[in-house]
Amino acid sequence: MKTIAQLARLSWRYLWSRPLATALNLLLLTLGLAAITLVLLVATQIDRAFERDLRGIDLVVGAKGSPLQLILAGVFHIDVPTGNIPLAEVQRLQAHPMVEQVIPLSLGDSYLGHRIVGTEPTYVAHYAATPAHGRLWQQPMEAVLGATAAQALALGGQGDARLLGAQFVGSHGLGGGGHAHGDHPYTVTGVLAPCGCVLDRLILTGTESVWQVHESGHADTPDDLQALREEREVTVALLRYRTPLAAVTLPRLINSDTALQAAAPAMEITRLLRLLGVGADVLRAFGAVLLVVAALSVFIALWNAVRERRADLAMLRMLGAPPRRVAGLLWCEALWLALLATGLGLLLGHALAELMGYLLQAQGLLPVTGRLWLATEWLVPALATGVALLAALLPALQAYRADVAELLAHA
Amino acid sequence: MIRTLGLACAYAGAQPLRFPDVDLPQGGRLLVQGRSGSGKSTWLSLVAGLRTPSAGQVCVAGQALMDLRGSALDAWRARAIGFLPQRLHLSHALSVHDNLALAYFAAGLPRDDAAIAQALHALGIGDLGARYPAQLSGGQAQRVALARAVLLRPAVLLADEPTASLDDEAAAQALDLLQQCCRACGASLVVATHDRRVHQALPGAQVLDLNEIGLQGNQDGRKQL
Repeated sequence: MKTIAQLARLSWRYLWSRPLATALNLLLLTLGLAAITLVLLVATQIDRAFERDLRGIDLVVGAKGSPLQLILAGVFHIDVPTGNIPLAEVQRLQAHPMVEQVIPLSLGDSYLGHRIVGTEPTYVAHYAATPAHGRLWQQPMEAVLGATAAQALALGGQGDARLLGAQFVGSHGLGGGGHAHGDHPYTVTGVLAPCGCVLDRLILTGTESVWQVHESGHADTPDDLQALREEREVTVALLRYRTPLAAVTLPRLINSDTALQAAAPAMEITRLLRLLGVGADVLRAFGAVLLVVAALSVFIALWNAVRERRADLAMLRMLGAPPRRVAGLLWCEALWLALLATGLGLLLGHALAELMGYLLQAQGLLPVTGRLWLATEWLVPALATGVALLAALLPALQAYRADVAELLAHA
Repeated sequence: MIRTLGLACAYAGAQPLRFPDVDLPQGGRLLVQGRSGSGKSTWLSLVAGLRTPSAGQVCVAGQALMDLRGSALDAWRARAIGFLPQRLHLSHALSVHDNLALAYFAAGLPRDDAAIAQALHALGIGDLGARYPAQLSGGQAQRVALARAVLLRPAVLLADEPTASLDDEAAAQALDLLQQCCRACGASLVVATHDRRVHQALPGAQVLDLNEIGLQGNQDGRKQL
């Protein structure tokens, strides 16, 4: 035990006796490990976010167009919808014996970049979200804020509770900056507790509110209003099957027999992740290349150290150190590098993930954070140790085999 | 004590070196003389157990070296042999104090900081512990190396050309210190040198002259052919 403490201390001294080489090796190792940590964190969180938002949604029904777009718009709220569909069609679907539940969503307006979604309380129940303050909407023009949306809207440091009863006016379009529906202000009746799902970013209201805003906005006479009411539309419907058999028949039925489009989220998202996966693979390969370069650099540094210090190492043998203790000194030096690089790499990887999460959130996209530790991160110290030990293998062997008598006489 | 019997060492592609027998009592002094290349370093490394003889036996401090192998030999060397190399081989990455601590690390013993400070003090360099080898004069560096060599109170102190590149006064002082250290820990002193001044400074010491022996060895080799 005492010898190990001395080994650690001595190798630490030797490590920093060449500060520039050590700093370079540390930098290379750290960057490689940080890239790998970043990929692990972001890929896992995106996977989880998709999985969480998709849970229990078997089929997304909307207007004809790109199925991926339909799902990005209808489930994740990160794309514009393909169009609207008649309410009557959705009601017919609801009556279908293979359908367990239909959640209608009406999109079109936003407030400060947060989408206003007209829906039914079942949407909130589906994600098992509950109000942290206040209550859900009961009348038209009452609105409930998602946790993140509430934070963003609570300008001037107002608490969530003080948002209750506040009024705001939605603007047309999903990006913000559109025409303001000035004569139809919403009243906040509740703020949802954070659920870690898509609801956090949304402003929820009754489907009737969205109709009310737009119908009276465009109808000039009571007759027009009546006509509009008969042609009421929603944007998307989220379906849950009553039976797994529905997966075989229902999408085909909808796509061929109606003007609607049905898209299975599981399939589309698998496709999307495959596309995203290429990016992750590139970053992962980049990290691997960095690690290989780091391994080479550590190897060269240790190899040179053995050459520079071969008299030192021989002297250690002369002082009675067995070869394994001399080789251990070099292994230990490499392990110090691995330890430092693991710490710095994890730190940097998490910081980058946090920064990425901040940028993504600024664009209202997926929630990514660096304040999360994954079980798979054991890979980082394992990789660092493996790289360091591999790089130290030959130098340690050389130190192990040194001809002491020869070195002491001539070195 | 050191006792050798029929000691020979073979190098690949060269005639084996044959060394005359030595019988040095504990606390005795031995001068190993010879030109460079005459086998002084080889003889030292045989006695330190760093090389295996091709023939003959070495017995140091009551231990027959042929009975020891691998790490047992290393552990024995750590305790029995003190070595003062010609180029002092102080580690430049470490302070003087830590350079001495290397002896404990090499021997696998717990580090004894008090003993290190005492050893430095005994050699009159007690205030240099925090310095680095690059900051020392030649004489100071030699004292540090000597302090390291005798730190674990070895049975034998081997000094390789301790007076090379020293002026007369410094050489006399160095030899004086060597003998002081050996007396202090009861060690036998072996000095390998081609420096005549050493002979005068160590009156009455045994002499192992390799100049003639090397020649004899070669003749023996020819006879075998």
